[in-house]
Amino acid sequence: MRKTDLLIIGGGSAGIAAALGAHDNGIKDIIIVERDFEYGGILQQCIHNGFGLHTFKEELSGPAYAEKYYALIKDKEGIKFMYNAAVIEIKDKIAIVQCAEGLINIEAKAIVLATGCRERPAGAIGLKGDRCEGVYTAGTAQRYLNKEGFLVGKKIFILGSGDIGLIMARRMTLEGAKVIGVAELQPYSNGLARNIKQCLEDFDIPLYLSHTVESIHGKGRLQSITLISVDDKLQKIQGSEQEIECDCLLLSIGLIPENTLVEDLGVTLDKRTKGAVVDETYMTSVDGIFACGNALHVHDLVDYVSIEAKKCGKAAADYIKGNKSKTEKQINVLGNGISYMVPQYFHLGEGIEFSFRVNKVFKQCKIHVTGVGIDKYVNKLGIVPSEMQKVLIKKEELANLNGELHWEVIE
Amino acid sequence: MNLICINCPKGCRLTVNQVGEKIVVEGNSCSRGETYAINELTNPLRTVTTTLEIESKLYHRLPVITSSPIPKAKMMELMKILKDVKVKVPIKMGDVIVKNILDMNVDLIASKSINE
Repeated sequence: MRKTDLLIIGGGSAGIAAALGAHDNGIKDIIIVERDFEYGGILQQCIHNGFGLHTFKEELSGPAYAEKYYALIKDKEGIKFMYNAAVIEIKDKIAIVQCAEGLINIEAKAIVLATGCRERPAGAIGLKGDRCEGVYTAGTAQRYLNKEGFLVGKKIFILGSGDIGLIMARRMTLEGAKVIGVAELQPYSNGLARNIKQCLEDFDIPLYLSHTVESIHGKGRLQSITLISVDDKLQKIQGSEQEIECDCLLLSIGLIPENTLVEDLGVTLDKRTKGAVVDETYMTSVDGIFACGNALHVHDLVDYVSIEAKKCGKAAADYIKGNKSKTEKQINVLGNGISYMVPQYFHLGEGIEFSFRVNKVFKQCKIHVTGVGIDKYVNKLGIVPSEMQKVLIKKEELANLNGELHWEVIE
Repeated sequence: MNLICINCPKGCRLTVNQVGEKIVVEGNSCSRGETYAINELTNPLRTVTTTLEIESKLYHRLPVITSSPIPKAKMMELMKILKDVKVKVPIKMGDVIVKNILDMNVDLIASKSINE
């Protein structure tokens, strides 16, 4: 049995930053298990720019961000990467790792889950019609194009206005494909405003809000889709169908934190984030198991993943050193107008930065935070579900430690 | 005129008005927003990222980026001339792969190191 202080599962942006956070906080025996042959995770296929404005004060591509962040841990003694290795099971704090040596057991004092997220596939939305080829998730098409050099279609339709879909609309257009349109079920876009502008409007690609794909058609290869509009209750409007010719349908219909590894471990998952329920130290409901990055909740910006994961690594280090002063008292976090909030509960301690998303578009609003001695309003301008919000509650604001912390978005 | 700033994920909503000779920008939270809005009205610029074929043991494509934004109208032309560019290892992030593309005073830069 191999032993280590800290085992990090996943060598993407979250895993690297967690290692940095833990190492800076005195842990010099860290193993990062990465299933790919290189570090960086999904950043390696995100060749577009826009990464790193917070962390490096410059606009980098995904691979460049990964390389620059990796440089921060590269020469640090005591951080060891295992490539081409996958954790297939965790029992207590022992991970079973499949790698070139075979199956090996690694026992750790603490484990950080930095496993990222997965794309929702066609099955998740019950896509009707023929079972023809030409249907891909946007991220799969991105991998084929940016890493392998294959363009998966010539006439593309995209379902879902998530950022990966928008980025792929531009990318495939530049590579010579014709992107016919993007359909979004909601009456608002799910992607960042800048991506609507620079990926769709720049290339005159229409965005069909309140629309979805009713069915797909094709013998062998995809030949067309039926587009249908939906009402304000998201119900399909019969008679509004239109057939659109295309040979490729990309799905950009959401991301789900990857948590299959911990389902058997008894880690409590949050139905809203689909990630683990954590406290302010990013510790899950299982002692010594931490989670951060997209495995915890899906982020908009890699910079935020790095910040969160670094804090998680630092907290895991505190735990290993026995510095974690966990009181019995647990304060739950509740919300109105909010689709999720991380952390879901907390103990006493330092200031806590809450990350959350609202459940609809708010043009102008106040966020009312009450409970545990706090009664304050935070003004926000134009917030939308697709943009993660952050609010810091300072240590001195946590005066009275009884009850619950309640959040409400007021228009 | 209303614009969305594309400089960073914040996506500031900008209002742009022509007051005499001057272009007045409002709603930006940094100076880059103002520059963007003025360019957008006079000469829209975009950073282009793509990949090139690379001869390597491990990789098929090298991600590249323009050293600064280029005129929006030149994007497709740039893509066309990059179709036949082939690269050999070793490459260091930041290496100039194509110098002064289309005489725009802009270089094409490797955005990843590939050693072998």
